[in-house]
Amino acid sequence: MTSTVIVGSSVGGVRTAQALRSEGYDGEVVLVGEESELPYDKPPLSKGLLAGTATADSVRLLTQDAADRAGIRLLLGHRATRVDVAANLVELQGHDPLRYDHLVVATGARARPSPWGERPGIHVVRVLRDAQLLRQDLLDGGHVVVVGAGFIGAEVASTARLLDLEVTLVDPLPVPMSRVLNPEVGGWFVDLHRRHGVRSIFGVGVEAIDGELGDFTVRLTDGSELAAAVVVVGIGAEPNDGWLRSSGLVVDNGLVCDQYCRAVDADNVFGVGDVARWFHPGYGAEMRVEHWTNAVDQAVCVAHNIAHPDDLRVYAPVEYVWSDQHDWKVQVVGRTSGTTEHVVVGDPAEDNRFAVLYTRDGTTLSGAAVVNWPRALIGCRRALRDGSRLAQVHDALTAQASKVQE
Amino acid sequence: MAVVKADLEACQGYANCVVGAEDYFDIDDDGVVVLLRAEVSESDRGRVEEAARSCPVSALLVEDQ
Repeated sequence: MTSTVIVGSSVGGVRTAQALRSEGYDGEVVLVGEESELPYDKPPLSKGLLAGTATADSVRLLTQDAADRAGIRLLLGHRATRVDVAANLVELQGHDPLRYDHLVVATGARARPSPWGERPGIHVVRVLRDAQLLRQDLLDGGHVVVVGAGFIGAEVASTARLLDLEVTLVDPLPVPMSRVLNPEVGGWFVDLHRRHGVRSIFGVGVEAIDGELGDFTVRLTDGSELAAAVVVVGIGAEPNDGWLRSSGLVVDNGLVCDQYCRAVDADNVFGVGDVARWFHPGYGAEMRVEHWTNAVDQAVCVAHNIAHPDDLRVYAPVEYVWSDQHDWKVQVVGRTSGTTEHVVVGDPAEDNRFAVLYTRDGTTLSGAAVVNWPRALIGCRRALRDGSRLAQVHDALTAQASKVQE
Repeated sequence: MAVVKADLEACQGYANCVVGAEDYFDIDDDGVVVLLRAEVSESDRGRVEEAARSCPVSALLVEDQ
Protein backbone atom coordinates (compact mmCIF):
# COMPACT_ATOMS: atom_id res chain seq x y z
CA MET A 1 0.00 0.00 0.00
CA THR A 2 1.24 3.51 -0.74
CA SER A 3 1.79 5.81 2.19
CA THR A 4 1.58 9.55 2.69
CA VAL A 5 3.34 10.95 5.74
CA ILE A 6 2.25 14.41 6.84
CA VAL A 7 4.59 16.18 9.25
CA GLY A 8 2.80 18.86 11.28
CA SER A 9 -0.47 18.40 13.16
CA SER A 10 -1.87 21.92 12.99
CA VAL A 11 -4.54 22.99 10.53
CA GLY A 12 -2.48 22.53 7.36
CA GLY A 13 -1.52 18.96 8.24
CA VAL A 14 -4.96 17.94 9.52
CA ARG A 15 -6.77 19.38 6.53
CA THR A 16 -4.36 17.65 4.14
CA ALA A 17 -5.08 14.31 5.80
CA GLN A 18 -8.85 14.86 5.62
CA ALA A 19 -8.73 16.17 2.05
CA LEU A 20 -6.75 13.12 0.90
CA ARG A 21 -9.77 11.00 1.86
CA SER A 22 -12.22 13.42 0.23
CA GLU A 23 -10.09 13.17 -2.93
CA GLY A 24 -10.43 9.39 -2.87
CA TYR A 25 -6.87 8.55 -1.77
CA ASP A 26 -6.85 4.97 -0.49
CA GLY A 27 -3.26 4.66 0.74
CA GLU A 28 -2.06 4.93 4.32
CA VAL A 29 -2.19 8.44 5.85
CA VAL A 30 0.08 9.15 8.83
CA LEU A 31 -0.12 12.48 10.63
CA VAL A 32 2.98 13.24 12.72
CA GLY A 33 2.92 15.97 15.38
CA GLU A 34 5.58 17.29 17.71
CA GLU A 35 3.06 18.14 20.42
CA SER A 36 1.32 15.32 22.29
CA GLU A 37 -1.92 17.33 22.23
CA LEU A 38 -4.65 16.22 19.87
CA PRO A 39 -4.64 18.67 16.92
CA TYR A 40 -6.15 22.04 17.80
CA ASP A 41 -6.93 25.27 16.02
CA LYS A 42 -4.69 28.29 16.54
CA PRO A 43 -6.77 31.43 15.81
CA PRO A 44 -8.65 31.15 19.15
CA LEU A 45 -5.37 31.21 21.12
CA SER A 46 -5.21 35.01 21.08
CA LYS A 47 -8.99 35.39 21.48
CA GLY A 48 -11.40 32.86 23.01
CA LEU A 49 -8.80 30.76 24.81
CA LEU A 50 -7.30 33.82 26.47
CA ALA A 51 -10.71 35.25 27.28
CA GLY A 52 -11.93 31.94 28.71
CA THR A 53 -14.83 31.55 26.26
CA ALA A 54 -13.07 28.64 24.51
CA THR A 55 -11.25 25.63 25.96
CA ALA A 56 -8.64 23.24 24.60
CA ASP A 57 -11.40 20.72 23.92
CA SER A 58 -13.62 23.22 22.10
CA VAL A 59 -10.90 24.08 19.58
CA ARG A 60 -9.87 20.55 18.57
CA LEU A 61 -9.39 20.07 14.83
CA LEU A 62 -9.55 16.30 15.07
CA THR A 63 -10.52 13.78 17.72
CA GLN A 64 -9.10 10.25 17.93
CA ASP A 65 -12.53 8.95 16.85
CA ALA A 66 -12.68 11.19 13.81
CA ALA A 67 -9.13 10.21 12.87
CA ASP A 68 -10.00 6.51 13.18
CA ARG A 69 -13.13 6.92 11.07
CA ALA A 70 -11.15 8.69 8.34
CA GLY A 71 -8.34 6.16 8.44
CA ILE A 72 -5.79 8.73 9.63
CA ARG A 73 -3.04 7.33 11.84
CA LEU A 74 -2.04 9.87 14.47
CA LEU A 75 1.57 9.80 15.61
CA LEU A 76 1.72 12.58 18.20
CA GLY A 77 4.52 13.62 20.52
CA HIS A 78 7.29 12.89 18.02
CA ARG A 79 9.32 15.65 16.50
CA ALA A 80 10.54 15.06 12.95
CA THR A 81 14.30 15.56 12.88
CA ARG A 82 15.44 14.79 9.34
CA VAL A 83 14.36 13.69 5.87
CA ASP A 84 16.34 11.22 3.78
CA VAL A 85 15.03 12.16 0.34
CA ALA A 86 16.92 9.41 -1.51
CA ALA A 87 15.57 6.69 0.78
CA ASN A 88 12.08 8.26 1.20
CA LEU A 89 12.41 8.20 4.99
CA VAL A 90 11.44 10.67 7.70
CA GLU A 91 13.39 10.37 10.93
CA LEU A 92 11.55 11.04 14.18
CA GLN A 93 12.55 11.61 17.77
CA GLY A 94 11.64 8.58 19.88
CA HIS A 95 10.24 6.52 16.99
CA ASP A 96 11.48 4.39 14.11
CA PRO A 97 11.87 6.22 10.78
CA LEU A 98 8.77 6.29 8.57
CA ARG A 99 8.89 5.31 4.92
CA TYR A 100 6.76 7.42 2.57
CA ASP A 101 5.65 7.50 -1.02
CA HIS A 102 4.58 11.10 -0.54
CA LEU A 103 5.74 13.47 2.17
CA VAL A 104 3.84 16.60 3.18
CA VAL A 105 5.79 19.23 5.08
CA ALA A 106 3.34 21.21 7.21
CA THR A 107 5.46 22.19 10.19
CA GLY A 108 4.20 25.76 10.30
CA ALA A 109 5.97 28.66 11.91
CA ARG A 110 7.07 29.57 15.43
CA ALA A 111 6.80 32.89 17.20
CA ARG A 112 9.87 35.05 16.83
CA PRO A 113 11.33 34.88 20.35
CA SER A 114 11.63 37.87 22.62
CA PRO A 115 14.97 39.60 21.92
CA TRP A 116 14.72 41.09 25.43
CA GLY A 117 15.06 37.82 27.29
CA GLU A 118 12.76 34.86 27.83
CA ARG A 119 11.52 34.10 31.34
CA PRO A 120 8.24 33.60 33.21
CA GLY A 121 5.89 36.52 32.60
CA ILE A 122 7.33 37.34 29.16
CA HIS A 123 5.00 35.63 26.70
CA VAL A 124 4.66 34.81 23.05
CA VAL A 125 1.40 33.31 21.73
CA ARG A 126 1.80 30.48 19.26
CA VAL A 127 0.86 27.13 20.80
CA LEU A 128 -1.85 26.04 23.23
CA ARG A 129 0.52 25.98 26.19
CA ASP A 130 1.53 29.61 25.46
CA ALA A 131 -2.10 30.74 25.62
CA GLN A 132 -2.78 28.74 28.81
CA LEU A 133 0.26 30.21 30.59
CA LEU A 134 -0.58 33.74 29.45
CA ARG A 135 -4.18 33.38 30.61
CA GLN A 136 -2.98 32.34 34.08
CA ASP A 137 -0.80 35.42 34.32
CA LEU A 138 -3.55 37.71 32.99
CA LEU A 139 -5.96 36.40 35.62
CA ASP A 140 -3.52 37.54 38.31
CA GLY A 141 -4.18 41.09 37.10
CA GLY A 142 -1.88 44.07 36.73
CA HIS A 143 -0.68 46.18 33.86
CA VAL A 144 -0.11 44.32 30.58
CA VAL A 145 2.43 45.63 28.08
CA VAL A 146 2.04 44.21 24.57
CA VAL A 147 5.02 44.70 22.26
CA GLY A 148 4.07 44.64 18.57
CA ALA A 149 0.77 45.96 17.22
CA GLY A 150 0.31 43.53 14.34
CA PHE A 151 -2.65 41.14 14.31
CA ILE A 152 -1.53 38.96 17.25
CA GLY A 153 -0.50 41.87 19.46
CA ALA A 154 -3.67 43.80 18.67
CA GLU A 155 -5.83 40.76 19.40
CA VAL A 156 -4.10 40.06 22.71
CA ALA A 157 -4.48 43.72 23.67
CA SER A 158 -8.19 43.67 22.87
CA THR A 159 -8.72 40.38 24.74
CA ALA A 160 -6.88 41.80 27.76
CA ARG A 161 -9.26 44.77 27.70
CA LEU A 162 -12.20 42.34 27.66
CA LEU A 163 -10.73 40.94 30.88
CA ASP A 164 -10.79 44.53 32.16
CA LEU A 165 -7.02 44.82 32.40
CA GLU A 166 -4.96 47.95 31.96
CA VAL A 167 -3.15 47.54 28.62
CA THR A 168 -0.36 49.42 26.84
CA LEU A 169 0.46 48.56 23.22
CA VAL A 170 3.98 49.45 22.03
CA ASP A 171 5.21 49.40 18.43
CA PRO A 172 8.22 51.01 16.73
CA LEU A 173 6.07 52.10 13.77
CA PRO A 174 4.23 55.42 14.22
CA VAL A 175 1.10 53.89 12.59
CA PRO A 176 1.44 50.11 12.97
CA MET A 177 -0.99 48.89 10.33
CA SER A 178 0.12 51.50 7.79
CA ARG A 179 2.43 49.21 5.85
CA VAL A 180 -0.31 46.69 5.12
CA LEU A 181 -3.35 48.94 4.88
CA ASN A 182 -1.80 52.42 4.22
CA PRO A 183 -1.47 55.32 6.68
CA GLU A 184 -5.05 56.61 6.59
CA VAL A 185 -6.59 53.21 7.31
CA GLY A 186 -3.81 52.40 9.79
CA GLY A 187 -4.82 55.53 11.68
CA TRP A 188 -8.31 54.17 12.17
CA PHE A 189 -6.80 51.17 13.97
CA VAL A 190 -4.91 53.53 16.28
CA ASP A 191 -8.25 55.23 17.05
CA LEU A 192 -9.94 51.86 17.55
CA HIS A 193 -7.48 50.92 20.30
CA ARG A 194 -7.83 54.32 21.95
CA ARG A 195 -11.65 54.11 21.91
CA HIS A 196 -11.42 50.79 23.71
CA GLY A 197 -9.11 51.99 26.43
CA VAL A 198 -5.78 50.66 25.19
CA ARG A 199 -2.96 53.09 25.77
CA SER A 200 -0.76 53.11 22.70
CA ILE A 201 2.86 54.15 22.43
CA PHE A 202 3.72 54.06 18.75
CA GLY A 203 6.90 55.14 17.00
CA VAL A 204 8.97 53.96 19.97
CA GLY A 205 10.86 50.68 20.33
CA VAL A 206 11.77 48.52 23.31
CA GLU A 207 15.33 48.74 24.60
CA ALA A 208 15.21 46.16 27.38
CA ILE A 209 12.93 44.36 29.78
CA ASP A 210 14.15 44.24 33.39
CA GLY A 211 12.62 42.59 36.43
CA GLU A 212 10.41 39.58 36.79
CA LEU A 213 6.81 38.36 36.60
CA GLY A 214 4.55 40.84 38.38
CA ASP A 215 7.27 43.47 38.52
CA PHE A 216 8.77 44.18 35.10
CA THR A 217 10.23 47.45 33.88
CA VAL A 218 10.00 47.85 30.10
CA ARG A 219 12.59 50.40 29.01
CA LEU A 220 11.79 52.18 25.76
CA THR A 221 14.12 53.66 23.14
CA ASP A 222 13.00 57.21 23.98
CA GLY A 223 14.33 56.75 27.52
CA SER A 224 10.93 56.29 29.17
CA GLU A 225 9.96 53.29 31.27
CA LEU A 226 6.78 51.28 31.75
CA ALA A 227 5.99 49.18 34.80
CA ALA A 228 4.32 45.88 33.80
CA ALA A 229 3.03 42.77 35.54
CA VAL A 230 3.02 40.81 32.28
CA VAL A 231 4.70 41.40 28.90
CA VAL A 232 3.47 39.89 25.63
CA VAL A 233 5.79 39.90 22.61
CA GLY A 234 4.07 39.67 19.21
CA ILE A 235 6.76 40.52 16.68
CA GLY A 236 6.15 38.00 13.93
CA ALA A 237 6.92 34.40 13.12
CA GLU A 238 9.62 32.29 11.48
CA PRO A 239 9.05 29.11 9.43
CA ASN A 240 9.87 25.77 11.07
CA ASP A 241 12.19 24.64 8.29
CA GLY A 242 15.41 23.97 10.23
CA TRP A 243 14.80 20.19 10.34
CA LEU A 244 14.92 20.11 6.51
CA ARG A 245 18.33 21.72 6.17
CA SER A 246 20.35 18.51 6.04
CA SER A 247 17.93 16.92 3.55
CA GLY A 248 19.21 18.58 0.41
CA LEU A 249 15.73 20.06 -0.19
CA VAL A 250 15.86 23.73 -1.15
CA VAL A 251 15.07 25.79 1.94
CA ASP A 252 15.03 29.58 1.80
CA ASN A 253 12.82 31.14 4.44
CA GLY A 254 10.51 28.15 4.01
CA LEU A 255 10.51 24.98 1.89
CA VAL A 256 10.79 26.17 -1.72
CA CYS A 257 8.04 24.64 -3.89
CA ASP A 258 6.79 24.93 -7.45
CA GLN A 259 3.33 26.05 -8.59
CA TYR A 260 1.94 22.60 -7.70
CA CYS A 261 3.33 22.96 -4.15
CA ARG A 262 5.95 20.26 -4.79
CA ALA A 263 9.45 20.79 -3.41
CA VAL A 264 11.44 22.11 -6.36
CA ASP A 265 13.82 19.17 -6.45
CA ALA A 266 11.70 16.32 -5.07
CA ASP A 267 8.44 15.52 -6.88
CA ASN A 268 7.03 13.47 -4.00
CA VAL A 269 7.59 16.09 -1.29
CA PHE A 270 4.96 18.82 -0.84
CA GLY A 271 4.71 21.98 1.27
CA VAL A 272 1.55 23.22 3.00
CA GLY A 273 0.88 26.31 5.11
CA ASP A 274 3.22 28.73 6.88
CA VAL A 275 6.35 26.68 6.13
CA ALA A 276 5.80 26.55 2.35
CA ARG A 277 7.30 29.08 -0.05
CA TRP A 278 5.70 28.30 -3.36
CA PHE A 279 5.56 29.85 -6.82
CA HIS A 280 2.24 31.68 -7.27
CA PRO A 281 1.61 31.53 -11.04
CA GLY A 282 -0.98 34.36 -10.90
CA TYR A 283 1.50 36.79 -9.35
CA GLY A 284 4.58 35.32 -11.03
CA ALA A 285 6.41 35.35 -7.71
CA GLU A 286 7.33 33.10 -4.81
CA MET A 287 5.22 33.61 -1.71
CA ARG A 288 5.02 32.38 1.84
CA VAL A 289 1.73 33.15 3.58
CA GLU A 290 1.01 32.74 7.30
CA HIS A 291 -2.78 32.73 7.12
CA TRP A 292 -5.23 30.07 8.29
CA THR A 293 -7.21 30.03 5.05
CA ASN A 294 -4.04 29.64 3.01
CA ALA A 295 -3.08 26.53 4.98
CA VAL A 296 -6.55 25.04 4.39
CA ASP A 297 -6.67 25.89 0.67
CA GLN A 298 -3.13 24.70 0.08
CA ALA A 299 -3.94 21.45 1.92
CA VAL A 300 -6.78 20.77 -0.51
CA CYS A 301 -4.56 21.50 -3.52
CA VAL A 302 -1.77 19.25 -2.25
CA ALA A 303 -4.18 16.43 -1.39
CA HIS A 304 -5.60 16.67 -4.90
CA ASN A 305 -2.14 16.59 -6.47
CA ILE A 306 -1.13 13.53 -4.43
CA ALA A 307 -4.37 11.67 -5.19
CA HIS A 308 -4.49 12.70 -8.88
CA PRO A 309 -0.93 12.96 -10.21
CA ASP A 310 -2.23 12.94 -13.80
CA ASP A 311 -4.37 16.01 -13.17
CA LEU A 312 -2.04 18.39 -11.31
CA ARG A 313 -3.64 21.60 -10.07
CA VAL A 314 -1.70 24.87 -9.76
CA TYR A 315 -2.08 26.80 -6.53
CA ALA A 316 -2.96 30.45 -7.22
CA PRO A 317 -5.11 31.67 -4.32
CA VAL A 318 -6.35 35.15 -3.48
CA GLU A 319 -4.97 35.82 0.02
CA TYR A 320 -7.47 36.11 2.85
CA VAL A 321 -6.94 36.82 6.52
CA TRP A 322 -9.14 38.00 9.35
CA SER A 323 -8.56 39.53 12.76
CA ASP A 324 -10.94 40.24 15.62
CA GLN A 325 -10.01 43.44 17.44
CA HIS A 326 -12.37 45.01 19.97
CA ASP A 327 -15.71 45.43 18.15
CA TRP A 328 -14.16 45.13 14.69
CA LYS A 329 -14.15 41.98 12.60
CA VAL A 330 -11.42 42.86 10.16
CA GLN A 331 -11.11 40.87 6.94
CA VAL A 332 -8.35 41.52 4.44
CA VAL A 333 -8.39 39.95 1.01
CA GLY A 334 -5.99 40.19 -1.93
CA ARG A 335 -3.12 42.67 -2.03
CA THR A 336 -3.42 45.86 -0.03
CA SER A 337 0.21 46.80 0.60
CA GLY A 338 2.56 48.58 -1.76
CA THR A 339 -0.18 50.98 -2.86
CA THR A 340 -1.75 54.07 -1.38
CA GLU A 341 -4.51 54.36 -3.95
CA HIS A 342 -7.80 53.37 -2.39
CA VAL A 343 -11.45 54.29 -2.03
CA VAL A 344 -13.65 53.83 1.04
CA VAL A 345 -17.27 52.73 1.12
CA GLY A 346 -19.00 53.43 4.43
CA ASP A 347 -17.74 55.48 7.32
CA PRO A 348 -15.57 53.97 10.06
CA ALA A 349 -16.56 56.68 12.54
CA GLU A 350 -20.29 56.70 11.82
CA ASP A 351 -21.57 53.15 11.43
CA ASN A 352 -18.62 50.96 12.45
CA ARG A 353 -18.82 49.12 9.14
CA PHE A 354 -16.84 49.90 6.03
CA ALA A 355 -14.79 48.57 3.14
CA VAL A 356 -11.53 49.93 1.77
CA LEU A 357 -10.88 49.01 -1.87
CA TYR A 358 -7.31 49.06 -3.14
CA THR A 359 -5.88 49.24 -6.64
CA ARG A 360 -2.32 48.91 -7.87
CA ASP A 361 -2.82 49.91 -11.49
CA GLY A 362 -5.50 52.55 -10.90
CA THR A 363 -8.20 50.46 -12.61
CA THR A 364 -8.41 46.89 -11.33
CA LEU A 365 -9.29 45.92 -7.77
CA SER A 366 -6.14 44.45 -6.16
CA GLY A 367 -7.34 43.97 -2.59
CA ALA A 368 -9.80 45.03 0.09
CA ALA A 369 -10.02 45.53 3.83
CA VAL A 370 -13.55 45.01 5.13
CA VAL A 371 -14.78 45.66 8.66
CA ASN A 372 -18.03 44.23 10.08
CA TRP A 373 -19.52 43.70 6.61
CA PRO A 374 -19.50 40.05 5.42
CA ARG A 375 -21.69 40.70 2.37
CA ALA A 376 -19.15 43.23 1.06
CA LEU A 377 -16.38 40.77 1.76
CA ILE A 378 -17.88 38.10 -0.45
CA GLY A 379 -18.39 40.68 -3.21
CA CYS A 380 -14.72 41.64 -2.98
CA ARG A 381 -13.54 38.01 -2.96
CA ARG A 382 -15.56 37.27 -6.09
CA ALA A 383 -14.38 40.49 -7.77
CA LEU A 384 -10.74 39.64 -7.07
CA ARG A 385 -11.19 36.15 -8.45
CA ASP A 386 -12.78 37.58 -11.60
CA GLY A 387 -10.34 40.49 -12.02
CA SER A 388 -13.10 43.11 -11.74
CA ARG A 389 -12.62 46.84 -12.10
CA LEU A 390 -12.40 48.97 -8.98
CA ALA A 391 -15.19 51.30 -10.16
CA GLN A 392 -17.55 48.39 -10.71
CA VAL A 393 -16.95 46.99 -7.20
CA HIS A 394 -17.25 50.47 -5.71
CA ASP A 395 -20.66 50.99 -7.35
CA ALA A 396 -21.91 47.58 -6.24
CA LEU A 397 -20.85 48.11 -2.62
CA THR A 398 -22.26 51.64 -2.53
CA ALA A 399 -25.64 50.27 -3.68
CA GLN A 400 -25.33 47.49 -1.13
CA ALA A 401 -24.58 50.01 1.63
CA SER A 402 -27.68 52.08 0.93
CA LYS A 403 -29.80 48.94 0.72
CA VAL A 404 -28.65 47.81 4.17
CA GLN A 405 -29.36 51.25 5.64
CA GLU A 406 -32.96 51.29 4.41
CA MET B 1 -27.63 10.58 0.13
CA ALA B 2 -25.44 13.02 2.02
CA VAL B 3 -26.70 16.36 3.27
CA VAL B 4 -24.96 19.54 4.34
CA LYS B 5 -26.03 21.27 7.55
CA ALA B 6 -25.22 24.77 8.78
CA ASP B 7 -25.04 26.11 12.33
CA LEU B 8 -26.46 29.59 11.74
CA GLU B 9 -25.57 30.71 15.27
CA ALA B 10 -21.91 29.81 14.81
CA CYS B 11 -21.56 31.33 11.32
CA GLN B 12 -19.68 34.62 11.32
CA GLY B 13 -19.62 35.35 7.61
CA TYR B 14 -16.02 34.44 6.75
CA ALA B 15 -17.31 33.31 3.32
CA ASN B 16 -14.70 30.61 2.78
CA CYS B 17 -17.53 28.17 2.00
CA VAL B 18 -18.82 30.43 -0.77
CA VAL B 19 -15.41 30.58 -2.36
CA GLY B 20 -15.12 26.80 -2.06
CA ALA B 21 -18.55 25.83 -3.43
CA GLU B 22 -20.69 28.75 -4.53
CA ASP B 23 -23.33 26.43 -5.98
CA TYR B 24 -24.05 25.28 -2.39
CA PHE B 25 -23.36 28.32 -0.18
CA ASP B 26 -24.05 32.04 -0.14
CA ILE B 27 -23.96 34.80 2.48
CA ASP B 28 -27.05 36.94 3.15
CA ASP B 29 -27.23 40.66 3.91
CA ASP B 30 -26.82 39.96 7.63
CA GLY B 31 -23.60 38.07 6.95
CA VAL B 32 -25.02 34.61 7.66
CA VAL B 33 -24.59 31.54 5.46
CA VAL B 34 -27.45 30.50 3.17
CA LEU B 35 -27.67 26.88 1.99
CA LEU B 36 -28.59 27.00 -1.69
CA ARG B 37 -29.22 23.26 -1.60
CA ALA B 38 -29.00 20.73 1.19
CA GLU B 39 -28.61 17.42 -0.64
CA VAL B 40 -25.08 16.63 -1.74
CA SER B 41 -24.67 14.33 -4.71
CA GLU B 42 -21.94 11.69 -4.52
CA SER B 43 -19.96 13.42 -7.27
CA ASP B 44 -19.98 16.73 -5.36
CA ARG B 45 -19.30 15.26 -1.96
CA GLY B 46 -15.51 15.70 -1.82
CA ARG B 47 -15.70 19.30 -2.98
CA VAL B 48 -18.50 20.22 -0.55
CA GLU B 49 -16.71 18.49 2.35
CA GLU B 50 -13.61 20.52 1.59
CA ALA B 51 -15.65 23.73 1.45
CA ALA B 52 -17.26 22.81 4.79
CA ARG B 53 -13.86 22.17 6.38
CA SER B 54 -12.68 25.61 5.22
CA CYS B 55 -15.08 27.20 7.72
CA PRO B 56 -12.98 28.86 10.46
CA VAL B 57 -15.67 28.24 13.09
CA SER B 58 -16.72 24.73 11.96
CA ALA B 59 -20.28 25.85 11.26
CA LEU B 60 -20.79 23.39 8.40
CA LEU B 61 -21.11 19.62 8.36
CA VAL B 62 -21.62 17.10 5.57
CA GLU B 63 -23.16 13.87 6.81
CA ASP B 64 -25.04 10.80 5.61
CA GLN B 65 -28.75 11.07 6.04
